[in-house]
Amino acid sequence: MKPTDIAAPDYFHKVVDCQWACPAHTPVPEYIRLIAQGRYSDAYMINWKSNVFPGILGRTCDRPCEPACRRGRVEETPVAICRLKRVAADFKDDIKQRLPRPAAKNGKRVAFVGGGPASLTVARDLAPLGYHCTVFDGDPEAGGMMRTQIPKFRLPNSVIDEETGYILGLGVEFKGGHRIESMKALLGEKYDAIFVGSGAPRGRELDIPGRKEAAANIHIGIDWLSSVSFGHIDKIGKRVIVLGGGNTAMDCCRTARRLGGESVKVVVRSGFEEMKASPWEKEDALHEDIPILNYMVPVAFKHVAGKLIGVTFQKVKAEYDAKGRRNLVPSGEPDETIACDDVLVAVGQENAFPWIEQDCGIEFDKWHMPKVDPKTFVSTNPKVFFGGDAAFGPKNIIWAVAQGHDAALSIHKMLSGEDITERPLPDVQVSSQKMGIHEWSYDNDISIDKRYKVPHRDKVVALKDIRAEVELGYDVKLALGEAERCLNCDVQTVFSTSLCIECDACVDICPMDCITFTGNGEESDLRQRLKAPSPHPDQDLYVSSDLKTGRVMVKDEDVCLHCGLCAERCPTGAWDMQKYFIEMTHAGSTCPTRSRSAA
Amino acid sequence: MPALVAGIHAFLPGHDVDGRDKPGHDGLGIAGDLMTYIAKPKFHHPSLKKNELGYTHRDYEGKISTLCAGCGHDSITASIIEACYELSIEPHRVAKISGIGCSSKTPDYFLGNSHGFNSVHGRMPSVLTGANLANRDLIYLGVSGDGDSASIGFGQFAHSIRRGVNMTYIVENNGVYGLTKGQFSATADRGSKSKKGVTNTDNAIDLVAIALQLGATFVARSFSGDKTQLVPLIAAAIRHKGASFIDVISPCIAFNNHAGSTKSFDYVREHNDAVNRLDVLVGRDPIAVDYAPGTVQMVEQHDGSKIALRKIDADYDPHDRLGAQTFLARHAAKGQIVTGLLYVDPDAEDLHEHLNTVETPLNTLEADTLCPGSAVLDKINASLR
Repeated sequence: MKPTDIAAPDYFHKVVDCQWACPAHTPVPEYIRLIAQGRYSDAYMINWKSNVFPGILGRTCDRPCEPACRRGRVEETPVAICRLKRVAADFKDDIKQRLPRPAAKNGKRVAFVGGGPASLTVARDLAPLGYHCTVFDGDPEAGGMMRTQIPKFRLPNSVIDEETGYILGLGVEFKGGHRIESMKALLGEKYDAIFVGSGAPRGRELDIPGRKEAAANIHIGIDWLSSVSFGHIDKIGKRVIVLGGGNTAMDCCRTARRLGGESVKVVVRSGFEEMKASPWEKEDALHEDIPILNYMVPVAFKHVAGKLIGVTFQKVKAEYDAKGRRNLVPSGEPDETIACDDVLVAVGQENAFPWIEQDCGIEFDKWHMPKVDPKTFVSTNPKVFFGGDAAFGPKNIIWAVAQGHDAALSIHKMLSGEDITERPLPDVQVSSQKMGIHEWSYDNDISIDKRYKVPHRDKVVALKDIRAEVELGYDVKLALGEAERCLNCDVQTVFSTSLCIECDACVDICPMDCITFTGNGEESDLRQRLKAPSPHPDQDLYVSSDLKTGRVMVKDEDVCLHCGLCAERCPTGAWDMQKYFIEMTHAGSTCPTRSRSAA
Repeated sequence: MPALVAGIHAFLPGHDVDGRDKPGHDGLGIAGDLMTYIAKPKFHHPSLKKNELGYTHRDYEGKISTLCAGCGHDSITASIIEACYELSIEPHRVAKISGIGCSSKTPDYFLGNSHGFNSVHGRMPSVLTGANLANRDLIYLGVSGDGDSASIGFGQFAHSIRRGVNMTYIVENNGVYGLTKGQFSATADRGSKSKKGVTNTDNAIDLVAIALQLGATFVARSFSGDKTQLVPLIAAAIRHKGASFIDVISPCIAFNNHAGSTKSFDYVREHNDAVNRLDVLVGRDPIAVDYAPGTVQMVEQHDGSKIALRKIDADYDPHDRLGAQTFLARHAAKGQIVTGLLYVDPDAEDLHEHLNTVETPLNTLEADTLCPGSAVLDKINASLR
């Protein structure tokens, strides 16, 4: 293999698995260290800069970081990153003084369609640069789906108010109750740029027999949730069936339990394990006495005299073809009808752009989605950008944020007369953490420690009050315990070939057998010759250039604990522990010279 | 000066000017922390292989080393761990015995669940001999250094080898007195330079040559920086019945790893003349040996384990004691460091056989066996009349 180029920003970025997995690339270990030090406001601001909604995401994020967490590969469970994010938000001081000041206007106007996470992120990035940002939303308050679709027992209004408030406080103009009905008209208002962050507002239908006849008791999940959110709906039948296996389904069933649903069941087509819902949301639903029945496909709504009486399901089983693709085939068991009073349909969401006229210069593909550049988020109209669910279909808040940052950068570059396809490199700092002979600036005393449970509100109390938040968040002590589980993967093992005398001290001390000195070879061959098995080829090998004996140093990054023992036991300082800090390029970052690599 | 009068010169506790009620940093250990290194995490690689006993190599570790970072001795420690892991040795069946010196500290760093005896300087061989005679069922690992074995304990070394004690005697040889900051030891080569630039004018003791001369039945030399050679050598030595001796050149990072030293990493790597490499084949899972014919020599030891010797020097015969001595002397004169398995007598006898001792370890002999009664005594006495 070729010697690893550790100067490429991506190399060490990938080693910080959580940060790499996060669409917004939030510097997770950095803020977890700050939490451990009790510097909650600092931890919050790192989050705020990167993911804009730390308090909201600390309760609702889909957590792509956690399955990636290295702790999950060396112990059973990853660090509770999301809950620690909430800790930063819960325990911070007043951070208003740290927010950017509303800037003097630069005379350029940007319109936003929809006031959800994508639009607000773009506005947050652009407003401090002097852009006049106007956000239009059909709802009276900002927040979009965060406010209307996520139940209050998961995300209280106070948190949404606070974090959307920080953005609107930057001088962003919010026009609530003002739904944009015509793109053509909006274009006519001569904004310098338009950002469409209107989400995926339409719940998918389930067109099976009986749908029309029993319509009075069949509700589309997201519409029903927003009606509950606005207080238009405050009760449901005693027996409720929720169809669908995503997080919306979980929100529907738990909301139903709070509105009078005594026997609430979730029924999914797939197996329990393959459900789209996050594992912890399934857990929370089960905890609230909501059974999840799997491998059952709804085939008909049963009704008598226009009144829903139940749903009939066909039982299926999973079969895998030669390519490993799963097919659901009838299991041969008789159909089952489950009696119910109401059905909530949460089988997916769709985009809908009835308000974009055909002659706006915005082209759509065959799936009726706008043609959007995945890097710059520009549509075929150079002044119109898309982001969040509106751009590439339903995903999670953190994706909308990440796309918002990129779209904001494009808008800023376009309005500065620059080429939007040229993406500036992220800013990377690497600095040694050695402080003394046996002293490092981070806590590297790594011990086996199970993930801490988060306290919940008593179930009886929680089920009575739809606005009572269920998760109570870590207290300071739990937060400290959980923060100490972080392995500090951003403190990198950096190897200097010229200093190495091949004494093997690092090989002997490494608790995880990560390091091997051996003859060079192709990657697949090298992976066979490492000191310990190498089960994750997606984890990089760090390879040195040729050493004096003609061998190379190979380090499998996979399960490195970043304990620093290699550096500790290295007599020549060939190993050093260096903190890697990467700041993703946002609108207004400097040095737009070199084009970005793969990051 | 008047004596202290009770009640007047009493010291009042507390009330310091700076308001602290305890000196130092509150709540922080002081004395205990000075020598603390980072503890080695208990985590191990999730898919680490286990041996027949279900142990990983991590289970054969001891405490974390307090030797200088990069010390060759730590690599020997790691090699002993690896060899014991590969042989699936039960840790409680090992007695590790050492003398004094950097090398003799190392038994603390491996086989944390084995018996250990850190004896007097140079006296490891006597303690080991005594322990071995008392309990022949244990595996004896003698760990010593060049000072411990070639100076103060030279006589002890000689006699334990001469008697054929069943043991693995490892000398961690760095040619320097590390603990007293870098004086030449008795194994330092004549003409080599100390870190301060002094040239050694004394002749060196070659422990391998002496061991050969004194009748050791397994003699090897290796290098701490070459585990692929060292680990099987240690494994083969442990399986050998009789006096096994391994001289391991082990660079002293702090005092003997400079230009002009003949025990530095660079020098040993440049002058290493390996006569063979080996694989130890134990019992149930023989390794398919697919070397070119004629280059592999199989040696079957007393206990049925096999050593597959891959010859590097085609003419070298590890069963020829005299030949080995000559070979060694000839190469030493050229400044070459001969490594590998230099001599082995697979059918060797040990001290217990020489002395015709009882098969049962002394600590399990019952009183009626030890003291069979007056009738037996009368019989013995009668036979002597």
